[in-house]
Amino acid sequence: MTEKTMQGPDERGHFGPYGGRYVPETLMGPLEELERAFYEAQRDEAFQRELKELLETYAGRPTPLYEARRLSEELGGARIFLKREDLLHTGAHKINNCLGQILLARRMGKRRIIAETGAGQHGVATASVCALFGMECVVYMGEEDMRRQRLNVFRMRLLGAKVVGVKTGSRTLKDAVSEAMRDWVTNVESTHYLLGSALGAHPYPMMVREFHRVTGEEARRQILERAGRLPDAVIACVGGGSNAIGIFTAFIPDERVQLIGVEAGGRKIEPGEHAARFAGGSPGVLQGAYSYLLQNGDGQVLLTHSVSAGLDYALVGPEHAWLHDQGRAEYVAASDRQALEAARRLSRAEGIIPALESAHAVAEAIRRAPEAKGRIFLVNLSGRGDKDTDIYRENFPELDADNGAE
Amino acid sequence: MEPSERIRERFAAARAAGRTALITYLTVGDPRPERTPALALALERGGADILELGVPFSDPIADGPVIQEASDRALKAGTTVERVLESAAEIRRRSEMAIVLFSYINPLMRYGFDRLCRDARAAGVDGVLITDLSVEEAEEPVEAMQRHGLDRIFLAAPTSTDRRLELVARYSSGFVYVVSRTGVTGTRESVSGGVEELARRLRARTALPLAVGFGISKRAHVEEVGRYADGAVVGSAVMRVVHESADAELETRLERLCRELNGTA
Repeated sequence: MTEKTMQGPDERGHFGPYGGRYVPETLMGPLEELERAFYEAQRDEAFQRELKELLETYAGRPTPLYEARRLSEELGGARIFLKREDLLHTGAHKINNCLGQILLARRMGKRRIIAETGAGQHGVATASVCALFGMECVVYMGEEDMRRQRLNVFRMRLLGAKVVGVKTGSRTLKDAVSEAMRDWVTNVESTHYLLGSALGAHPYPMMVREFHRVTGEEARRQILERAGRLPDAVIACVGGGSNAIGIFTAFIPDERVQLIGVEAGGRKIEPGEHAARFAGGSPGVLQGAYSYLLQNGDGQVLLTHSVSAGLDYALVGPEHAWLHDQGRAEYVAASDRQALEAARRLSRAEGIIPALESAHAVAEAIRRAPEAKGRIFLVNLSGRGDKDTDIYRENFPELDADNGAE
Repeated sequence: MEPSERIRERFAAARAAGRTALITYLTVGDPRPERTPALALALERGGADILELGVPFSDPIADGPVIQEASDRALKAGTTVERVLESAAEIRRRSEMAIVLFSYINPLMRYGFDRLCRDARAAGVDGVLITDLSVEEAEEPVEAMQRHGLDRIFLAAPTSTDRRLELVARYSSGFVYVVSRTGVTGTRESVSGGVEELARRLRARTALPLAVGFGISKRAHVEEVGRYADGAVVGSAVMRVVHESADAELETRLERLCRELNGTA
């Protein structure tokens, strides 16, 4: 397996058979314009310098690599290292991509930014960079997600963004993406769609990966310094797959490093009860890209469920589909319950409350660690758990009983 | 298989009569799948030349609220691709209107393009338009359409560059669907001024008929579009009538809508 076969995409945005551009003709010209602008920016030293400076001084890069010694000792097996993307400004890895795309939007002369958000992390990151650059910001968010992530709705508004509730479908991330695409197709002259995951039509999956690959590049360097060798496994949660592709990319050429993506297993692996595309899906097209999709026999997209809004989406990013088919990455699922327990365990062992999304990756590390003595796991802790406090309270009522027994 | 000639003939007949061809869209299955054939025949009695049969999809990114809601109702009523093809066959038994299958790609991909095109042609369908299929991704579906003698209808948009219009012209047959403005489907007060320029740019690249859609809902719009295009597509205005009318009045109301659009009321 060479680097050449694994990277990509090809000039039409295909990762093997996946990806591509499945959008109405109205968006094809704008996608070509965006692709051109992105390639130009990649070659422009001034652009790269400005992005690097913002990543360092505004977002807080590089993020630390932290060895979770107490957790590792408890489990009695693998050494677990956490890549602390949760320490970034706005609380998750999403800011990496937002800074890249806002600079690109400015370069293209767009003054209005739209975005979708599930957990609200991408919405908050987008609202922040829009405030920073003085741009108008509209964020689409499913009403169900607004309910579960109320704190982030308020944060976006405090940052000056308009949050538009989406009432269609399951009122979650997928419906927010559809509404954002409808806005974009209508206002495409003035507006940049700041898509928040490695999803959608080309060039988005590639562009979002490039803006996040810094995570893996830093982590690879850091673990070589700290552990003196490469990790045995890199573990990350996969909704659309942006944090996972961000940390995987630097390790793809390292054939002996296992890449493990963790999807949302939800309540159980049955239609409508989970968001594990590789467990219950098949190739199909949703919102611009061809990839593994949760769909019924008539090609209608199934509803999904996950306790974590950020993983609750019916299609996986197309590069993950390709890594899966090539056997380069392995994809597993962690259930709602496993993620919640992992979050509690990490909180108590290390004093780190993870985002529910990232807790899925932690759960897989916890599951594998006892049998992995002498091995090194690198877990992408992609976001922090502040936003999930309400859900943790609902799920751990015993911690919330106001009985003064403390 | 021999190519279907109905779309070409329908445009030629409208032109010979000095009319703008009227293309009407129906979401199959709204309000119920068994109602679709009778509604289609009512549109024909009112003077529709071409019928777009819409396959409902769970995530219609190019559609405004009217067709989104029609799709939801159709899916809840149990509409599948099989059911759409049965409707087409039933309409074909009683009508010589040209029929275009109008869909998002995923339900057709799931059904299988070759099987879909074979079954569609057998049902009497004349062409296929896939909303979210760019010419860049079209190789397999276009080959299947050609193999089974179906016309291949693509969209041209105000944002299409000259290079893209060349591609659209090269891949299309039957007619080119000219999107009047950036945006989703739905009725508007006026037709965008920019569409005439887009039609002119296309004329320089293809001899195919041009049909303008998105936002067309009244006779005045059809007249305006008729000055530079060969056909007008009416979708959301039809589905609004379907949604707002009592079941027993659907046929009368749809027939009347077509007469109004054609200026023969």
